[in-house]
Amino acid sequence: MSMKVNESVDAKGLACPMPIVKTKKAIETIEPGEVLEVQATDRGSLADLQGWAKTTGHEYVGSKEANDVLYHYVRKANPEETKEETTFPHEVTNKELNEVKDQAGVTVLDVREPAEYAFARIPGAVSIPLGELEDRMKELDTSHTIHVVCRTGNRSSTAAHMLQENGFDHVINVKPGMSEWDGPTENDQ
Amino acid sequence: MGIQAITAAALAKKVIRQEPLFILDVRNEDEFKDWKVEGKNVEIINKPYFEMLDGVEEILDQIPSDKEVLVVCAKEGSSQFVADMLAEATGGDYLYLQGGMKTWSEHIEPVKVADLSDGGELYQFVRIGKGCLSYAVLSDGEAVLIDPVRLTDAFAAFLEEKQVVLKYAIDTHLHADHISGGRELAERFGASYLLPSADAGSVTFSYDPLEDGRTLTVGRASIDIQAMYSPGHTIGSTSFIVDNQYLFTGDILFVDSIGRPDLAGKAEDWVGDLRETLYRRYANLDRNLIVLPAHFSKKEELDENGRVMAKLDELYARNQGLNIEEEGAFRKKVTENLPPQPNSYETIRQTNMGQAAPSEEEKTEMEIGPNRCAVS
Repeated sequence: MSMKVNESVDAKGLACPMPIVKTKKAIETIEPGEVLEVQATDRGSLADLQGWAKTTGHEYVGSKEANDVLYHYVRKANPEETKEETTFPHEVTNKELNEVKDQAGVTVLDVREPAEYAFARIPGAVSIPLGELEDRMKELDTSHTIHVVCRTGNRSSTAAHMLQENGFDHVINVKPGMSEWDGPTENDQ
Repeated sequence: MGIQAITAAALAKKVIRQEPLFILDVRNEDEFKDWKVEGKNVEIINKPYFEMLDGVEEILDQIPSDKEVLVVCAKEGSSQFVADMLAEATGGDYLYLQGGMKTWSEHIEPVKVADLSDGGELYQFVRIGKGCLSYAVLSDGEAVLIDPVRLTDAFAAFLEEKQVVLKYAIDTHLHADHISGGRELAERFGASYLLPSADAGSVTFSYDPLEDGRTLTVGRASIDIQAMYSPGHTIGSTSFIVDNQYLFTGDILFVDSIGRPDLAGKAEDWVGDLRETLYRRYANLDRNLIVLPAHFSKKEELDENGRVMAKLDELYARNQGLNIEEEGAFRKKVTENLPPQPNSYETIRQTNMGQAAPSEEEKTEMEIGPNRCAVS
């Protein structure tokens, strides 16, 4: 699968510490919330990148392997996401979403980055990253009840507000979202 | 000031000589927890290199200035990177391990154990990073290798140096913690590869079945190698009495512990065999025999010459695993609260049966970590 990312780092053929050194440099060039792809052949990069992400607070989205190359995906930490945003008035829990998600007239809208969506999503969820929502919201059916999900409920809250201001009458924010989702998932692999 | 590489061989000498050494291990925490360099006078701390990309200031107060400091990582690059930063920050001298823990895992050190009758010689190969022990019995231009590990070039170099011809390569059992070099060495030198038939049920190659009571001879002067069926770690585990003086116990009996019965099936199935071997078969042997196991797990088991060996009598006196009188307590000891199984032990067994053929890189990867063949 080829994945839409904001930046890509080629660390193929390089041994540690270079994949991490290059990752660190590259992540400084992208915006918070954006996704970096790291291509590496050093198998040690698998555990080390996760360790590095944990120490630095960036989100390790996942990795895949193709033709002996490891593709890692890291989403740059966004300080704003840790702040409590203005909540959206209509909210449901993960559990409530799981009960209604398959009903007619319900759309699950996933506003995370394509890489996050690719590794684990609710089956049938529609992907429109938050940054593209303004241009692409016409793809959605205004008569549907739109359940908006992201990782922790913050991006989805922003998205829900945006949809409401643009004529969607049935918008619901899902809290907390994919970080604690224990219902069924699917992925690209 | 500056940084300098040291080889795994040089590090092994330092560990064996019990030299004081401070090690900064810059691998990630999980790798460090799994396995690290150990030695009597080795002080070691862990700080992943990726937490020091901006500098080493944070750990400077933990790095001593009055002893040698060695930086190690998985392969080499990160230790060099961190050692460089340390040298720059302090103006001191720092060592890094050439080839990293990968080469440490693969380094083997041949140590002479004893002279045998009629000019024969007995060598122990200590794979210090992993705790594997292999052996060579030499006599009159011929050699037998017992439990040789995958690093066949080291054995080939040894055979050439000693100018001996390999006659038999033997595995005391089907190994689960490391890849055997026995079959490859036998093929390379036109020798026989012996494996206990009870362990060889699923192997994909032909071999010379090792049966109870078989006697092998090396050299014209004929040093006896008597096979003795001693199941418990595996169903086929076989011991050897060499030159009527040495007892090769494989993974059944170690200097500080005893073998675990769960790596090739259910512990409950083999616990009776293990007890029978340790408390009857071995107990009835000459107590003056010197035990030579296939593993060690603690650095304390190495003597001042870097050898691992002990008199059978001594083990019956102080090895806990040989002193559990009550059968139920023994059963509990060898089936409950066992250490985690060796890394990749299933694929290692498949490789040793010829069912899997991993690449060299994959083999290295599979073998990283401690052997964990003992019950504790």
